[in-house]
Amino acid sequence: MNQSDLTSILPLTILTVWACALLLVDLFIPKTRKGITALLSALGLAVTLGFTVSQVGSEVSGFNGMVVLDGFSVFVNALLLVSGLLGVALAYGYVKRMGIERGEYYTLLLFSVVGMMLMAQAADLIVVFLALELLSIPLYVLAAFTRNKAESEEAGLKYFLLGAFSSGFLVYGIALIFGATHTTNIFAIVSAASTSTGGLLLTIGAALLLIGFGFKTATVPFHMWTPDVYQGAPTAVTAFMASGAKIAGFAALLRVFATAFPSLAVDMTDIFWALSALTMIVGNFVAISQTDIKRLLAYSSIAHAGYILMAFVPYGNDAVRDVSIAAGLFYLVAYVFTNFGAWGVVIALEKEAGKGLALNDYAGLSKRHPALAAAMAVFMISLIGFPPTLGMVGKFYLFRAVLDGGFVWLAIIGVLTSIVSAFYYLRVVVIMYMRDGEPTAERETWLDLTTAVTALVTVIVSFVPQFLFAWASEAVLKLF
Amino acid sequence: MESFSLTLLIFFPLVGILVLLLLPNENRNTLRWTALIASLVAFGISLWVLTLFKSSNPNLQLVEKYNWITVAGWNIQYHLGIDGLSVLLVLLTTLLTPISILSTWTAVEERVKEYMIFFLLLEIGMNGVFLAQDLFLFYIFWEFTLVPMYFIIGIWGGPRRIYAALKFFLYTMAGSILMLLAILWLGVNGGTFSLPDLIQQGGIPANVQWLLFIAFAAAFAIKVPMWPLHSWLPDAHVEAPTAGSVILAGVLLKLGTYGFVRFNLPLFPEATLQAAPWIALLATIGIIYGAAVSYAQADIKKLVAYSSVSHLGFVMLGLFALNPEGISGAILQMINHGVSTGALFLLVGMIYEQTHTREFKVYGGLWKITPVYGTIMLIVVLSSMGLPGLNGFVGEFTILLGAWGAGQSGVFYWGNVWFAAISALGVIMAAIYMLYLFQKMFLGPQGDVVEETKKHGHAIRDLNWREIVTMIPLLLLIFWIGLYPAPFFNLMAPAVNHLVGMLPLP
Repeated sequence: MNQSDLTSILPLTILTVWACALLLVDLFIPKTRKGITALLSALGLAVTLGFTVSQVGSEVSGFNGMVVLDGFSVFVNALLLVSGLLGVALAYGYVKRMGIERGEYYTLLLFSVVGMMLMAQAADLIVVFLALELLSIPLYVLAAFTRNKAESEEAGLKYFLLGAFSSGFLVYGIALIFGATHTTNIFAIVSAASTSTGGLLLTIGAALLLIGFGFKTATVPFHMWTPDVYQGAPTAVTAFMASGAKIAGFAALLRVFATAFPSLAVDMTDIFWALSALTMIVGNFVAISQTDIKRLLAYSSIAHAGYILMAFVPYGNDAVRDVSIAAGLFYLVAYVFTNFGAWGVVIALEKEAGKGLALNDYAGLSKRHPALAAAMAVFMISLIGFPPTLGMVGKFYLFRAVLDGGFVWLAIIGVLTSIVSAFYYLRVVVIMYMRDGEPTAERETWLDLTTAVTALVTVIVSFVPQFLFAWASEAVLKLF
Repeated sequence: MESFSLTLLIFFPLVGILVLLLLPNENRNTLRWTALIASLVAFGISLWVLTLFKSSNPNLQLVEKYNWITVAGWNIQYHLGIDGLSVLLVLLTTLLTPISILSTWTAVEERVKEYMIFFLLLEIGMNGVFLAQDLFLFYIFWEFTLVPMYFIIGIWGGPRRIYAALKFFLYTMAGSILMLLAILWLGVNGGTFSLPDLIQQGGIPANVQWLLFIAFAAAFAIKVPMWPLHSWLPDAHVEAPTAGSVILAGVLLKLGTYGFVRFNLPLFPEATLQAAPWIALLATIGIIYGAAVSYAQADIKKLVAYSSVSHLGFVMLGLFALNPEGISGAILQMINHGVSTGALFLLVGMIYEQTHTREFKVYGGLWKITPVYGTIMLIVVLSSMGLPGLNGFVGEFTILLGAWGAGQSGVFYWGNVWFAAISALGVIMAAIYMLYLFQKMFLGPQGDVVEETKKHGHAIRDLNWREIVTMIPLLLLIFWIGLYPAPFFNLMAPAVNHLVGMLPLP
């Protein structure tokens, strides 16, 4: 183990050690004061974020090329750590209120973040698999965290079974790729693929990988588990899952395909095209008929996976790759802030025993809690992709990448499905502002703060997106 | 100060919004006065901008241009400018906003604070659209205007307000989102989003021009709205609160026609020339159709709403005549329509506030009871139908002159002078439905509405001082433009000639 090995996994090490220590420290924290664990885990995430930010611009590869630290992974790591922080902030009051406050919640969350970060840095298919399991297993547990509630158990079990199933696809894909190229290192695959004759095996292997990632990122037709799991899991977990797991899945997908399979771009571009279009269409259309806010946001997250997938379509085209990666990353940032904010509002309105989650429970929110309603309106407008919000800037960037790649029809499908999405997002606004009701909302400092910060970021950064644009465009993949 | 006068003009209402946010909800009059004063100051700023504006200069003036997003291959600027095409529309916006606020003094009693905030936000968006010279900036303002209007219709509108608000939002968004792709294509291929630079570069291949023209035209045509894309308009107008209708008819529809002049004509000159007869055909159909449907309405507000389809048809006909008469007539007619139809909506709202009905069949004989109201209505009705000496005549006459000229010079190809000839019928039809409106409301035997209103505990009263004050600026404009339109034409003439000079006319 030399110095570059250490540097490449420095943030990972810090967070892992912190999580392990927290597991021990938590034993000495009295049951009634588990808030301390939450604060300590947030501190761990913040410290790691500090180290990650200090790594901007560095490019190291460690452990014989199994792990890389490049602009891309630093960007994704930072985003994941921010998601972790927002996840802790949302959970702080929620778990207390729902009677599921246990110290493990936060340690599991930290371990999951570690897995996600490893996923963004993985340069070897074995490490990808390892990271996938490391991020998934804590999430299975977290999804079932409300032990005494059948829905939560169902969510955990469903997520676990389908997750295990998808891991099977992934591992089988890795095996086939190894068979075709005699290596699992993504940089070595490229050179092997150009000389070897196992073309078909490689293609099938890559396709199986895509299925495995498709499950994790909830793209159609691998999305069936999403609404049930998102609905059944504790809302704070859902919020974290919807952002973190998606970011990690897309990061790994992007790195593996752009690095290892540029030679397959001819076939894969069409597949990505179809997946993206299908995901946008199904996600948005099915969302229209939802009456439960958690299911609505679940389908919305599926639809957004489709938009993010647009960035993958031109992955084999050297001229546009960097633009589309930057666009995808920027869109992820927009999605994370908007998504966490929206889930924050859901948490504020959720009551014991799954009450307060129907869309109609939002009636009259603008009169009772004008600030909360205004924040939710901002998030909905951002999810539509309307100014003045980050969602609009994100879509602008994304459509540009797609147009640059010459996929005009995909862009047109993207804008048309955006109109469809406006219909159901606006329904939330209609109910909050134009119907009468007497909703009650939980006001809790950390929750309010999260909602306020995400709403402000969503609006303000849309006017000054320069630094994020610049950072995303420099966050290119390290290609050998 | 002059170097950022336009920024000040656009964003001054923000000051009002911040003050409103700090005020308590209960004190409604303070909220109303704050919004009114903020919008009056904005009007003052626009008058000051008018004094800085040199009408002899055909180019953009008071330009503000700063780099905004110039990283990662983007070249987006904060770029504002005003010229003869937009100066009158900006003045119209800043004038109609305080008038609308004044008109809702007693009509809106609930959630006054939010209402006023949305109006001021809307003003920011509208002025931004007229002044933005960067496509990205324009698009942001353009889409943003939808949001406050959506809330204004949806919260303070009539019984079917939610349906109307949603329809308005989705319809308009459907058009403009295709424009987004066109803007991206232009910005990325041209290397800049700056409109003047893109116009100067030119050289967009003809087949691409067509597609881009259609993408932009879809957004603008829905907003105008041109026949057959008008179906959102009657719903939105009928359900919107009075002030919402005033702004909707007065300014928001002009965003569409303005978009055609500002973007389609100079950016895609070849496609414009090819499209001219087709657009003129749709405009002519719109003129006749709008007029005929207006006459068939049983609801006063619906009649006024459909008359907009007809009037905006004239504007489109004038624009695509592609000669100085047509375009300047069209721009003047935008102002006229804003003034006259705005005034009509105000007047309908004033009586509706008392009677709570807009059905023609219950009205009649009101002139005896409300002489001031009747007289003002008569003036506005005559102005809207284009009586010589009032504003509507000047605009429509100039447009028809332009359309006739375009027919003769071959701009309308197969359409020849027929468009002008048929459209002239529209003027006569306007007289029919407008006089019908007046006759039904004010002449004849007394309608049931008088007794019905008494049952609610108050008799129908004539206009009060606030209402008269609301109307005075509009009445002055009606006479001023009708009797002495030269200053208005002078403001836009150089810019219009400059624009026409850019077109490859036959």
